Amino acid sequence: MIEVKNIYKTFGENEVLKDINATFKPGKNNLIIGSSGSGKTTLLKCIVGLHEPTSGKVLYDDVNFTDMHFEGRVPIRKQIGMLFQNSALFDSMTVEQNIIFPLDLFTNMSKAEKHERADFCLERVNLAGKNKLHPSELSGGMKKRVGIARAISMQPKYLFVDEPNSGLDPLTAILIDNLISEITQDFQTTTVIVTHDMNSVMGIGDHIIFLYDGKKWWEGTNHEIAHTDNKELNSFVFASPFMQAAREKL
Amino acid sequence: MFTSLGRYILLLRLSFRKPEKFSVYWKEIMREMVSQGIGSLGIIAIISVFIGAVAAIQVAFQLISPYITKTVVGSISRDSTILEFSPTISSLVLTGRIGSSIASQIGTMRVTEQIDALEIMGVNAPGYLISPKIIAGITMIPLLVIISVILGLSGGYVACMMSRDVSTTDYVLGLRDGFNPVTVTVCAVKAVTFGFIITSVCAYFGFYTSGGSLEVGQSATKGVVFSCIWILFADLVISSLLL
Repeated sequence: MIEVKNIYKTFGENEVLKDINATFKPGKNNLIIGSSGSGKTTLLKCIVGLHEPTSGKVLYDDVNFTDMHFEGRVPIRKQIGMLFQNSALFDSMTVEQNIIFPLDLFTNMSKAEKHERADFCLERVNLAGKNKLHPSELSGGMKKRVGIARAISMQPKYLFVDEPNSGLDPLTAILIDNLISEITQDFQTTTVIVTHDMNSVMGIGDHIIFLYDGKKWWEGTNHEIAHTDNKELNSFVFASPFMQAAREKL
Repeated sequence: MFTSLGRYILLLRLSFRKPEKFSVYWKEIMREMVSQGIGSLGIIAIISVFIGAVAAIQVAFQLISPYITKTVVGSISRDSTILEFSPTISSLVLTGRIGSSIASQIGTMRVTEQIDALEIMGVNAPGYLISPKIIAGITMIPLLVIISVILGLSGGYVACMMSRDVSTTDYVLGLRDGFNPVTVTVCAVKAVTFGFIITSVCAYFGFYTSGGSLEVGQSATKGVVFSCIWILFADLVISSLLL
């Protein structure tokens, strides 16, 4: 379980996050949604430690992550998997080397065990046999899946996903969503997804936090979102005529 | 300026933290050594031969007279090659070849979130990315400078062979005449220092890149420019202290 307590984040004069409180439970798809510039990626970066919050703290299973130094964070970081918006695969490495990289650094697995693990992860994301390809030879959707394979290679307890569907066609986006959802269920990971894709919100949103102007504006499930009377949330989620029509049928 | 210096020193301190697993770092060091050393051999060979030849021709043009012995061409070419041409000119060329590559490589990793990915995994990103490059730089650049000295002096020999002003015998006699081993020490100190400057300064600019591809290019340019300035400054300091 991850708890975010009274997080504030300021860049110069610009206050991006204002008093954010949230709890992300294991085995659930926790979605952070909001329009561009609402602070969702900043919140995610504060949670994983890529940004230091101006004030407030982040607890991983009751352990205060924010106050820790680099060395102290390493044991928790080994339990974190993250899929970045642009996948962030290492260009100089093959698909398999990307997946094996954290295993090389942090485990004493034999070569055979590492290859076996890489094969398992690739099979899990439906990319079996693509071990020797380089990231430049992959499509956007395949890169995302390799990113997921790398993120789960260390069997993480916490999975973070930043805009998993950006730049993908609707069918691939649904595949990625389902894959993340399955992994969350199978491994009982605490999954936090930053997105503004409404298919994801309605499809896999077990627990949704809506950020507006740097504040937590609304919290609920994908079933509750259809019936909310929150004005800002409605204008964000049901902005298009198609979504408005869909809402009326719900 | 002091902020940048402070960040540079802090980055160096982070770079030399205890590695997570030595074998992984060792592989990276070897990879960097091949990239920096073997990859730069061609350009170093070409510039060294030509600079050595030009040095011999120009010394012959300026100093040959009935009052000066012809062996002086060899002596002056040797000292200027060992003290200045090979370590300094080679390092300035290597800044363009190795430094820009380091800055753009690390800068691209920064803007494509690959460095963030390393940090999320719990990897000490400066250590993994920068220390192997610095270690490769301070070992391979001196080796390249040694090769450059040999090829530079050989270039002078070829120039003498092709010109009628100085015989190769006089040139070789000049090379042997009055050799002071301190020049080799100065050359080695310069090579190691310049190797450190090229790799660390360019890595610093690459590591703190923010933005996109335009900024990666700017970081590479800044890295090369600042490395060249620091190389020339260090050249002056080392020459004043050791000669």
